[in-house]
Amino acid sequence: MDAFIHQVLSGLATGGIYASLALALVMIYQVTRLVNFAQGEMAMFSTYIAWSLINAGMGYWPAFLLTVLFAFAVGVVIERVVIRPVENAPVLAIVVVFIALLVILNSATGWIYSYTIKTFPSPFPKEPLFGNKYMSSHELGAIGVTLVVLVLLYVFFRFTPLGLAMRAVAQNPESSRLVGIRVGWMLALGWGLAAAVGAVAGMMIAPIVYLDPNMMGGILLYAFAAALLGGIDSPGGAVIGGFAVGVLENVLGAYVIGNDLKLSVALGLIIGVLLVRPSGLFGKVNVSRV
Amino acid sequence: MALLEAKGLRASYGPTRVLHGIDFAIDEGSITAVLGANGAGKTTTLRALCGMVKTEGDVRFGGARIDGRLTEDIVRLGIAHVPDGRGTFVNLTTEENLRLGAYTRKDRAAVESDLARIFAYYTYFPRLKERLRQQAGTLSGGEQQMLAVSRALMLRPKLLLLDEPSFGLAPLLVRELFEIMRTVNQRERVSILLVEQNAAMALALANRAYLIETGRVVLSGAADEIRRDDAVRRSYLGY
Repeated sequence: MDAFIHQVLSGLATGGIYASLALALVMIYQVTRLVNFAQGEMAMFSTYIAWSLINAGMGYWPAFLLTVLFAFAVGVVIERVVIRPVENAPVLAIVVVFIALLVILNSATGWIYSYTIKTFPSPFPKEPLFGNKYMSSHELGAIGVTLVVLVLLYVFFRFTPLGLAMRAVAQNPESSRLVGIRVGWMLALGWGLAAAVGAVAGMMIAPIVYLDPNMMGGILLYAFAAALLGGIDSPGGAVIGGFAVGVLENVLGAYVIGNDLKLSVALGLIIGVLLVRPSGLFGKVNVSRV
Repeated sequence: MALLEAKGLRASYGPTRVLHGIDFAIDEGSITAVLGANGAGKTTTLRALCGMVKTEGDVRFGGARIDGRLTEDIVRLGIAHVPDGRGTFVNLTTEENLRLGAYTRKDRAAVESDLARIFAYYTYFPRLKERLRQQAGTLSGGEQQMLAVSRALMLRPKLLLLDEPSFGLAPLLVRELFEIMRTVNQRERVSILLVEQNAAMALALANRAYLIETGRVVLSGAADEIRRDDAVRRSYLGY
């Protein structure tokens, strides 16, 4: 029983990280109707920046903060420079741009930092927090960090004029222009926020999976499964989906299919959701008259 | 001086030209009606003024060129547009829709008092105020139309562009809406450019009117004169 509780709780910890990345995917999806395949690599690259800063002698939390700001800026720049010119291009062209971004970031990181696996520090103490025997303090801390990020995002979108403007743009860009919202900048801001959230996810998962240029491949797949499970256009759904996928993955991996086949949980989920309920648990069902 | 003046305004959707050089002027403080059959280019005229379609020609607002500028910049000059189909943010609440209307304003205290005051215009929609926290998509058609006009007024515009505001409304509501336009025009000194299918009511309200056919102005003048024009009476007023 203890082992089972441990599996569920550590599933929640990684689930929180999937939830963050799924949320980043949903934020971009809501404004572009496309899944940003490079989201994981953007997070991975940011995590390397954090690693550099920490290795250069900076404290963990200042490096963390600086990395988040850096990721935000990179997100804004990518939107402005790479995505903007293909904004009105056919879907496949944009998908190719996303994949190119993925490959470029992955190779560039490998070229700069080499493909050798590195350890990434956790800001949380080695010994378990509050004397609990079920979770490591990093897992508990990761859940805490995730929750803080989620609450901050919720407050931003729900209670600030800028957050309201971004929700308006996601929903109706034309009407947004008609009330004077600079839609282009809101899209760039959305990319920045998504990249910042992704960077947090990267820094939280790196102590668990170690740092290497391919570390986010699997994670992105789980995040994608989470976003689909919750409903690709539902931020709340993505978060719940993230935690659910984390727990499912851990429990199935430990008791049913074994750790080697864990990733197939994500694939199974993706196919299952698409077959049974394409709109996900909390997504809008799209009905169109023909 | 004219508040807004367009000369040789042309607009196209892709290769299809819809406006073939329209000239018109809106006097400060006036109500101007644009009439015409379906597909004549009325909606496109409004969209062209706001930079929502590709245009050529010369458009001046308060003396400054606005053609070729971004929609969001034109709006910031004080032109509010209630688009065809209302443009409601259906998943946001009524209050959020109204606040978005005032998005570009910096005078926060005045925005709050406008929010409280905006409902004073309506006699038939006491419930709109009760539905401030309700999703705008769940409002009735009439309520959504009133919300769209209110959202535009929250900008405190100098010029209000209305695209068929009476579309799909019950006759009682149409009368109320026209009453609101008159009040807004007289009390708040907002100039109005009104595109309408209901030619009789539009001509009764407006100072000036333009008649558009297939992307060209075929008749313009004082609204009373146009109302007495035989061709207009037969084609648009139906008596």
